Amino acid sequence: MRNNVLEYLEDTVVRVPEKLAFSNGTEGMTFQEVYDQARAIGSGLRALGADHESVVVFMEKHPRTVTAFFGVVYAGCFYVPVDAEMPRFRVELILKQLGARFILCDEKTRALAEELRGEATLLSYTETAASPVDQAALAAVREAALDTDPIYIVFTSGSTGVPKGVAACHRSVLDYIEQLCDVLGFGPDTVFGNQTPLYFDACLKELYPTLKFGATTYLIPKSLFMFPVKLVEYLNTHRINTICWVVSALTMISGFKVLEKHVPEYLHTVAFGSEMFPIRQLKLWREALPQARFVNLYGPTEATGMSCWFEVDREFADDEVLPVGRPFRNTGVLLLDEHDRPAAPGEMGEICLKGTCLTLGYYGDFERTAQAFVQNPLNDKYPELIYRTGDLGRYNERGELVFLTRKDNQIKHMGHRIELGEVEVVACMDSAVRAACCLYDGEKKRLILCYEGEIEPAALSASLRGKLPPYMMPNATHRLEALPRTPNGKMDRRALLEQVRAGK
Amino acid sequence: MEQLLSVLKELHPEVDFETAEGLVTGGILTSLDIIALIAEINAAFDVEVSAEEIVPENFDSAKTIWAMVERLMDED
Repeated sequence: MRNNVLEYLEDTVVRVPEKLAFSNGTEGMTFQEVYDQARAIGSGLRALGADHESVVVFMEKHPRTVTAFFGVVYAGCFYVPVDAEMPRFRVELILKQLGARFILCDEKTRALAEELRGEATLLSYTETAASPVDQAALAAVREAALDTDPIYIVFTSGSTGVPKGVAACHRSVLDYIEQLCDVLGFGPDTVFGNQTPLYFDACLKELYPTLKFGATTYLIPKSLFMFPVKLVEYLNTHRINTICWVVSALTMISGFKVLEKHVPEYLHTVAFGSEMFPIRQLKLWREALPQARFVNLYGPTEATGMSCWFEVDREFADDEVLPVGRPFRNTGVLLLDEHDRPAAPGEMGEICLKGTCLTLGYYGDFERTAQAFVQNPLNDKYPELIYRTGDLGRYNERGELVFLTRKDNQIKHMGHRIELGEVEVVACMDSAVRAACCLYDGEKKRLILCYEGEIEPAALSASLRGKLPPYMMPNATHRLEALPRTPNGKMDRRALLEQVRAGK
Repeated sequence: MEQLLSVLKELHPEVDFETAEGLVTGGILTSLDIIALIAEINAAFDVEVSAEEIVPENFDSAKTIWAMVERLMDED
């Protein structure tokens, strides 16, 4: 039985060493190159004493970045992807939380990494990837490796203003990749077009199946997602046949009627998730690609990746919602009502997950981990953890799970998971802001920040830009005399949203 | 042009669009901004920005966006 994700790479490099593994369209790396450089990085890190600890990979999106991830795993450590485009305030928060001793960087991130590194040692990718391979050291790492060791930490929005680092281990990633590959039918001929940033768990869908099958992944440049015709041309040039994108990237193409004239002719598998897919847009896709499979995926970062899937197998009316379907094999779903009992058929309950898919929890935060990863309330006989997603759902009459809404103020915006509270906390860090309330207008897909304070909206917006990642930036910022409150003094979000919609 | 500038200002109050270049190549506008911007342009100027128009050259400054809008208005 496999107990390490690197076994995928080691099996594949023997089979197809010269095949293109990862590319951005202009620069690519073969499996042999990925293997050699990852092992060199692993050796270099070991030589510096790295062992079972976090190693920050602070690089721009590139095949080398992916190779750096595997290099960190070769060293018996876990990688923490930090993106070159993240604002410095967030990078600082993450570095402080981790207390990492090593940061891998590239030419583009070197200057900023130098400034923010604190006590950490800065390592250049190029130099580290040229380290001599120490076969004995790498073998010793593997000899001692457990499948419960972490592989990575990815940071997700936290309602207190501090991002939460979710740590996942080999076992849960192996389990996820095996089930996902089964469901989506990946294979050696799969050519992935990756859309999601490398600093989320979403990219697992492409990276590890590529290693497993000796497939190929194109890391599509982010700027193409603004220009739909060029994006389709890119898909066709590289004969991309499989995509796992956020819904908004797909509707960008269909919404501008691109599919009428420009069809991604090689696409046969289209997976999507993280948001509702408007049925009208889905229809345009299915009409353009009648032979392709369309699969809706659902799952939280805390359960490694995706946990449930639904293959679009019938027509839906425009006002219907696609189900999230059923769990992957080896994943369990519980739907619990407010008394922690199984929700009655057709009734709403909180979606809870159990099984090998559960991650290790929030890195360095036992308290928040213990709040979300709890003993299964239906089991009082032996320890069994479930993860409480905070998502509310129900089963439809066909027995398919349907996502309804959230229990709290977490929203999905352009495929990104955002705690509205985090935007508020960060806004209030400006001393001229007295109170802030962040809203999400789901219809218009706009993040709206309202506040009381002495600062002009433009100035506040500029100061936020240095603190929040681009996807968390409010689309509109309004200064109000007074934010509406409920009788017991809490922010009245509903009243505020109505006020904003009515133009104040 | 004034109307276009105010639409842009609404998206990014901190940017001086009268002088800013490289809106796309410099990473000022995101894909969400482009979607919002096109919806606003279609409504405000009664045109339809087609997919073929959504290319970097047309969106890199307020000037190039305005040139596109004028061209589309003339075509009507």
